Amino acid sequence: MGTFISRYGARPAHLALLLVSFAVAAYAASFLLGDPALLTVLVWFVGAAVVHDLVLFPLYAAADGFLTATVARLPRPRVPVINHIRIPALGAGLTLLMFLPGIIRQGGVTHMAATGLDQQPYLGRWLWLVVVLFAVSAVVYGVRLLLARRSTGDLPAGAGAT
Amino acid sequence: MTRPEVRPRPRERTAPPMPRFRSPLRGPWLTSVFGAVLLAALPLVVITGLLDYVAYGAGQSIPGDVGWLHLPAFDWPTRPSWLFRLTQGLHVGLGLIVVPVVLAKLWSVIPKLFEWPPARTPAKLLERASLLLLVGSILFEIVTGLLNIQYDYVFGFSFYTGHYLGAWVFIAAFVAHVALKLPTMLRSLRTRSLRAELRTPLAETRPEEPDGEIGLVPTDPAPPTMSRRGALALVGGGVVFVVALTAGQTIGGPLRPLALLLPRSRTPGGEPANDYPVNRTAAAATIDPAATGAAWRLDMTGGPAAQRLDRAMLLAGSESLPLHTATLPIACVEGWSTVQTWTGVRLRDLAALAGVPNPGSAFVDSLDPGPFGRVTLTGGQVVDPDALLALQVNGADLSPDHGFPARVIVPALPGVHCTKWVRSINFRAA
Repeated sequence: MGTFISRYGARPAHLALLLVSFAVAAYAASFLLGDPALLTVLVWFVGAAVVHDLVLFPLYAAADGFLTATVARLPRPRVPVINHIRIPALGAGLTLLMFLPGIIRQGGVTHMAATGLDQQPYLGRWLWLVVVLFAVSAVVYGVRLLLARRSTGDLPAGAGAT
Repeated sequence: MTRPEVRPRPRERTAPPMPRFRSPLRGPWLTSVFGAVLLAALPLVVITGLLDYVAYGAGQSIPGDVGWLHLPAFDWPTRPSWLFRLTQGLHVGLGLIVVPVVLAKLWSVIPKLFEWPPARTPAKLLERASLLLLVGSILFEIVTGLLNIQYDYVFGFSFYTGHYLGAWVFIAAFVAHVALKLPTMLRSLRTRSLRAELRTPLAETRPEEPDGEIGLVPTDPAPPTMSRRGALALVGGGVVFVVALTAGQTIGGPLRPLALLLPRSRTPGGEPANDYPVNRTAAAATIDPAATGAAWRLDMTGGPAAQRLDRAMLLAGSESLPLHTATLPIACVEGWSTVQTWTGVRLRDLAALAGVPNPGSAFVDSLDPGPFGRVTLTGGQVVDPDALLALQVNGADLSPDHGFPARVIVPALPGVHCTKWVRSINFRAA
C-alpha cells in the first residue's frame, strides 16, 4: 500500500474511481464511433473548455484589469464607482453570451421554421436591456453618493466605508 | 509524495511565465459555496433530462441505441397533466439559471488550471484529465442546450445525440469529482461562517486563510474592490436575473414577454384563439393546403374494418363520439410551455369506433413528412379521459400552424409528440 501511494500519489480507491469514471465516459463516447459527427462533437467538447479557459476568461479578466486600473487613476469619489460599472457590464456580457444566436441573428431559417417568426427584435431588446442595466446602476450610484454625503457630512472624500 | 525535497528553485527555473491571480476573494470557502449550490442543482438538471428521454417513449427516444445509459424504462404517465411541463421546465430552467454559478465556480478555481508543474503525481495527472471531462462536458451541455432553445444549429451534429451522450460524460465526471472533493468542500465550508460573511463590509474584507495544497488563496493578494458578500450577491443576483429573463417561457401568460431574449417570449399574433407559440410551422412541414381542406379524411385502422371520417363527422358531437373540452398544458422539450383549452374527440372513443375498445397502443401518422410527423402512443395515453384528437382551441378551429384540421393533445405528453395535421390512426389491441 505504501509503495502504491508513493508511486501513484493517492490511495487505490482514487485510481479505481477515476478509471470507472473514464470507462463510463468512454462508453458514452463509443456510441459515436463510426458516426461522421464524432470529430465535430469532439471539437465542440474540447473547444467549449478551451474557449472558456483561454479566450473568455483572459478576455474578461483583462477587461476588469483595465477597468480597475482606469478607475484607480481617477480621483477617488466618496463611493467607489467600480462595481457600478462592473455589475451592469457583467449583466450585458452574460446576456450577450447566453442569447447570442438571436442577438446576432444566427440560425434565422431554423428559427423561422420552428416559430414562424424572424429574429428581428432580439438585438434591439438586448441593447435596451444594457441601457437599462447601466441606467439603474447609475441611479443606485447617485443615491449612494447622496446618502454618503449626508452621513459623512464634511468628512474628506473616501473616508466613508462601504 | 515521499520525495525528500521539493525545492522551489528548480521549479522556478523551468516554469513558463504564468498569469498571476491576486483576487483576495478566491479561496476554498468561496469555491465551496458555489460548489454546494451546484451540487444541489445539477443532479436535478441531470435527472429531469434523463426523465425526458423516458418521456419520449420506448423506441422513440433519441438517440435510439444508448446501451445501458438510460433510466429504467417505464410508461410515461398522463397524470399529473403538468408532469412534462414540470420536468422539462425544470431541466431547461435550472440549466439556464446555473450558468452564472458555473461561470463563477470556474472563475474561482482558474488558478488551478495554470498550476506549475501541471501534475506532480500520476494521481494528479488523472484528476486533471477528469477535470477536462467535467469542465468540457458541462460547458458542452450548456452551449448545445442554449443553441437548441434558440434554434441555432451551427454545431452541425444531432442535438439530441450530442446533448444526451455529453450528459453521460458529465455524469461520469461529476460523480467522480463529488466523490473526490466532497470532504474538502465540507471542511472548507466550516472555515468561515456564512452569516458572518454577510455582515462583513468591503473595508473589513480579508483573504481566506492560506490554503497550502489547495492553492486558491493568493500569496500576494490585491486590495479588495468587492466584499465577499458582494461577490455572493453578484452571483445570486445573476441567478435572479436569468430567472427573470427565462421563466416567462415556461410559466407563460402575462410573464411570457419577460423572456425577452428567447424565441418563446413571442407568439405568432393574429386571431387570439390561436395566438400561442407555434412549434414547426405548416410551411416548414410542407403541408399542402389542399390536403387539409374539404378533401381531408381521418383514416382509422386496427379494428375489423377500416373507418374513414371527415371533419364534420368528428365535430358533430354524436353519442358515440361526443365532443370533449379540456384545459391542458402543452410543453416542449425546449422548456417552454403554454396552457390552452382544447376541444375535440377522445382518442378512446375513436378507438372504440375503430373496433379496438381496449387499445394497447396507437400509431398516429400525419401529413408532415418530417421526423416528428408520427408517434406511437401507449395504451395509457390513448385511454386517458382528456386524451384528444383536438379540432379546436379556445373555441376556434386550429390554425394551420397549430395543426388544422386535427392534432393530438394528450396530458403530460412531450409537445413534439402531440402530432399536428393528423391523417390516420392505427389502434393496436392490448
